[in-house]
Amino acid sequence: MRPFTYERATSAQDAAAKAAAMPGARFIAGGTNLLDLMKLEIETPGHLIDVNGLGMDQIVETPEGGLRIGALVRNTDLAADKRVRKDYGVLTRALVAGASGQLRNKATTAGNLLQRTRCPYFYDVNMPCNKRKPGSGCGAIGGFSRQLGVIGTSEACIATHPSDMAVAMRVLDASVETMRPDGTTRAIPIAEFHKLPGQTPQTETALEQGELIISVALPKPTGGTHIYRKVRDRASYAFALVSVAAVIGRDGKGAVALGGVAPKPWRVQEADALLPKGAQAVSDRLFAEATPREDNAFKIMLAKRTIASVIAEAKG
Amino acid sequence: MTQGCGAISRRDVLKTSAAGAAIAGSLGTGSVAMAQAEPNAPPTAAVRMKVNGKQTSLTLDTRTTLLDALREHLKLTGTKKGCDHGQCGACTVIVNGRRINSCLTLAVMHEGDEVTTIEGLGTVGDLHPMQAAFVEHDGFQCGYCTPGQICSAVAVLEEIRAGIPSHVTEDIGAAPGMTTLEMRERMSGNICRCGAYSNIAEAMAQVAGVKA
Repeated sequence: MRPFTYERATSAQDAAAKAAAMPGARFIAGGTNLLDLMKLEIETPGHLIDVNGLGMDQIVETPEGGLRIGALVRNTDLAADKRVRKDYGVLTRALVAGASGQLRNKATTAGNLLQRTRCPYFYDVNMPCNKRKPGSGCGAIGGFSRQLGVIGTSEACIATHPSDMAVAMRVLDASVETMRPDGTTRAIPIAEFHKLPGQTPQTETALEQGELIISVALPKPTGGTHIYRKVRDRASYAFALVSVAAVIGRDGKGAVALGGVAPKPWRVQEADALLPKGAQAVSDRLFAEATPREDNAFKIMLAKRTIASVIAEAKG
Repeated sequence: MTQGCGAISRRDVLKTSAAGAAIAGSLGTGSVAMAQAEPNAPPTAAVRMKVNGKQTSLTLDTRTTLLDALREHLKLTGTKKGCDHGQCGACTVIVNGRRINSCLTLAVMHEGDEVTTIEGLGTVGDLHPMQAAFVEHDGFQCGYCTPGQICSAVAVLEEIRAGIPSHVTEDIGAAPGMTTLEMRERMSGNICRCGAYSNIAEAMAQVAGVKA
């Protein structure tokens, strides 16, 4: 690990302003992903701003009837919250499908959204990777791509976003609330929060330099059956090959988002509208522009079958 | 574990070799103390924690993980370093009542925290019920993952009692049951290369007072 200076932030704006003023500074909250990457020198911040003392660890009801989740609410606490379990079951299900108990106790809501890909070529510093070292090429294209993306990828990068929680947030139409270094705030719809790689896979989110996530807001609950189905190589503590987050009403209408297949939680509005027609129609639309590789083409069939299983479960 | 009287332990040998390496390494660059005084010395920060009930005060290289602080600075070597990347669970300790991977957190982030390691759960003469159950059920072979397994197991029972749901909880609207299925799922962050899993599950069931 490279040496770094360390400070404990005193306020959200102080943290944002300092991060903006110091190139190479990073926020640290749970640290479970950042420290892993710092040990490998994939991340090399010269300064860490510890935001753990800033509060931002409460879940409160919004005037609109939704929930506002503080950026520092731990994954365990978010999953266990009674209101989340009752009205946003897909979120609890996604959270407890991810990582291990130890990691969920540390990992935060904001940090989960910001975690980086587990593409093995991103992690292996001896391999080219446009995300880790822009312009160096992509080792995954033409390499072992079984875990990697089939849609939304580019010729520069085929990495997937690893989060389960974010897939549920996407199907729930969450919005990410931030504070900029000048103290102003904004809300970024989750659909626009994660960026597709294009030619700049190193740019992963809509956040500006120094911009700090302060909370994530969920809209008023819509009812329906909430399902998160994760398919993986082990029954527990493994990243998704494919995951499906769905909220489906009694009339068969609803919303569906996929994990494990794309650089961001994958949802297409037109595919949502096809839910009453069944898994084939939904899947065809979700993967209309897919560019699978030989190793990961199976994900498209796997996703279709998982969607079919989820629709069947929603019908009861 | 006790060492035979007069015997040289493996740890002593490792310590001696490490000291030898340090002396050899210092010949070209001056003493370790001088090296630390150099202007380019890595940044340090102070942290106070309560570890196993005892107040500690350390000034550490900011890069020091909680795991390294416990092992290398406080000499609490019960907590083990396995993968050092949060994948194996050997470094599991309990901080403010919750189990975490001590390898994936910086010591300086734990100002004012209460840390419990395997040394704080029980002693040779007064084992924690989970330690006693691991012995009774052969919940280990080589023992390397065991401190992490036991810290995790103790915290898992508390998590179930606190009503925290898991991936195998059928009805997330209700409290999870104290079942072996729940315990097994929640222990997935602790890897045992010897494969003592079923015996660990039996030990946990005994402490929880349920049928394995």
